Formats: sequence, structure tokens, C-alpha cells
Amino acid sequence: MYKTGIIGDRESVVGFRAVGIDAIPARTGEEAAKAVRYMAESGYGIIYITEELAAEIEEEIDRYKDEMLPAVIALPGRKGPTGDGMRNVSKAVERAVGADILFGGGK
Amino acid sequence: MNVNPTRMMLTQLKRRLATATRGHKLLKDKRDELMKNFLELARENGRLRKEVEGELGAVYANFSVAAAIISNEAMEEALMIPKQGVELQVSRRNIMSVDVPEFSFKTKAENPADIFPYGFARTSGELDNAIVALSDLFPKLLELAAKEKQVQLLAAELEKTRRRVNALEYVMIPRLQVTIRYITMKLDENERGSQTRLMKVKDMMLAESIAEKRAKDEAAMKEAAGQA
Repeated sequence: MYKTGIIGDRESVVGFRAVGIDAIPARTGEEAAKAVRYMAESGYGIIYITEELAAEIEEEIDRYKDEMLPAVIALPGRKGPTGDGMRNVSKAVERAVGADILFGGGK
Repeated sequence: MNVNPTRMMLTQLKRRLATATRGHKLLKDKRDELMKNFLELARENGRLRKEVEGELGAVYANFSVAAAIISNEAMEEALMIPKQGVELQVSRRNIMSVDVPEFSFKTKAENPADIFPYGFARTSGELDNAIVALSDLFPKLLELAAKEKQVQLLAAELEKTRRRVNALEYVMIPRLQVTIRYITMKLDENERGSQTRLMKVKDMMLAESIAEKRAKDEAAMKEAAGQA
């Protein structure tokens, strides 16, 4: 049985608690990295993280990229999408195909 | 390739070339099939992400309104102890030999109207709306997570397969072909070499025996002349 978690600034993530997602508030990349590591080691299947923080700890997130679990997924924070999440998808396409043929260069 | 041009090596290399060609064909098939699956998933992933991002914006807007109406402390307090719990179930699916996760979930609260972890007296209706909207969005969030993970894993596998196909096609196979040609030519050359050598030796032996015969004939002639 796995758990679901979210990491982000307090205002963005606090509401997720109500629907059963464990929220760990983090302000800096360092705190976020620690939270990701903690969650990855304690049985979380999905770790959502706000795009702002995800951009800061790309290396930490890349460590889980080729593992089946956990899935570390960037979501837009309270301030709206930064486009990083979408860019991740087109980056995956680029990695697989050699060029982004689906989303027109990370739009 | 640096090898000895022997017949044994030649058969060995020919066998390797056959294996490499076969492997190349198989990997190419795998790559094409993976690509098909991947593009479909990636397209879906993009669509899903757009949807989630839009809906999440609405949820955040609701929360912001709620936060504006009730005090920060009241909000914190209201959401401090969640009533709703989610148990995430992970099953594996195999797409072209890549293990990918699929998520399903079970909520703890049986009644979907019973998820509010607070009394209604001191909180605003906007908070309720926000939570309902978020809880409706939850299945989609899970789907997004699964799709995105699948896309990432497939991308990694596809990259690997593509590299292998290219390595076989542009490095291994041509190199083997060149080496095989080199050995065949070297062997042919050796063959011709020994052929001419044999012919030469035969000529020499012939010349020798002819000379011998002549000498013998001459001696016989001389003897005959002496007797006469």
C-alpha cells in the first residue's frame, strides 16, 4: 500500500491534506530535496511537487526518473503554471525521438 | 578490426554478422513498436496535463478566496487533521518489456459528502467548494502521474533501443562486413600465392629433369659414336 504526497509552498499544498494527500510544506530547494528524499524512502508511490520547487532540485528528481517508483510529478503551484511541467513532457519526447515532434519545442 | 586472417576467424565472423543482422532487425522492430506506444502516451500525457493545469488553477482560486474570507489560523486548524485518507495501489503493466506502474486508489471515507475535516460553523463555503473540486480532480491527478511516469520510463527505454539499433547499423555491421571482406581477400591472395609458387616449383623441376634427360642422351650418343 502506497501513500501520496505533495511538496510545495504552504499556501499551495495545505488544501491537498483535505483529500488525503500528505503535504509537506517547503520554502527552499533544500527543504524540498529533503522532503523528496524522505518521501521516496518511506513508501510514497506518487510525489507531487510544485513546478517552482521542482525547477530548483532537478538533479534530485532526475534520480527517480528511471525508477518505476516513486513517480515525481511537477504540478503548477498557486501562482499558476510556469510551463515547466509541459516542458518535461516535451523533454521526454526529445529524449526518446531525438527531436520534439509533438509539442513544438516546449511550448 | 584487428584479427588474424584465418579460415576459422572467417567462419566465426560470418556467424557474428548473422547474429548482428538478426539482432538489428529485432531491435528495429522493437523500436518502432515502442515509438508507436510512446507517441500515443506522450500525446495523451500532454492533453491530460493541460486539463489538470487548468482545473488546478480553479482549485487554487477557490482556496485563495477561502483564505481571504477566513483567517489563516482558522484555515490551518480546519485542515490540520484530514478525515479523508487515500490508499494508493500500484500494479505493474508491461509495455514492450518495460515495467510501468499503474495507480488505482481507495478512499477511506465511504460517503463522498463526509470528507470535510472541520465543522461548518467557522469556515466558509468557498473552502468546501475548493475541497470538493480538488477531490473531484484527484483521479485525474493520479492518471497524470501514471501517464507521466510511463512516458518517462518508455522514453528511457526508447533512447536505449535507438542507440543500440544505431550502434549495430552504423558500427558493428559495417565493421564486420569490412573485416570479412578483408579476410576473404587475404585468403584468396594466399591461395593465388601458393598456386604460382607451385607452378614455379613444377617448372623448375621440369627444367631440371629435362636437363638431366638431355645430359643422359648426349652421353649415350657419345658412347655410340665411340663404338662406331
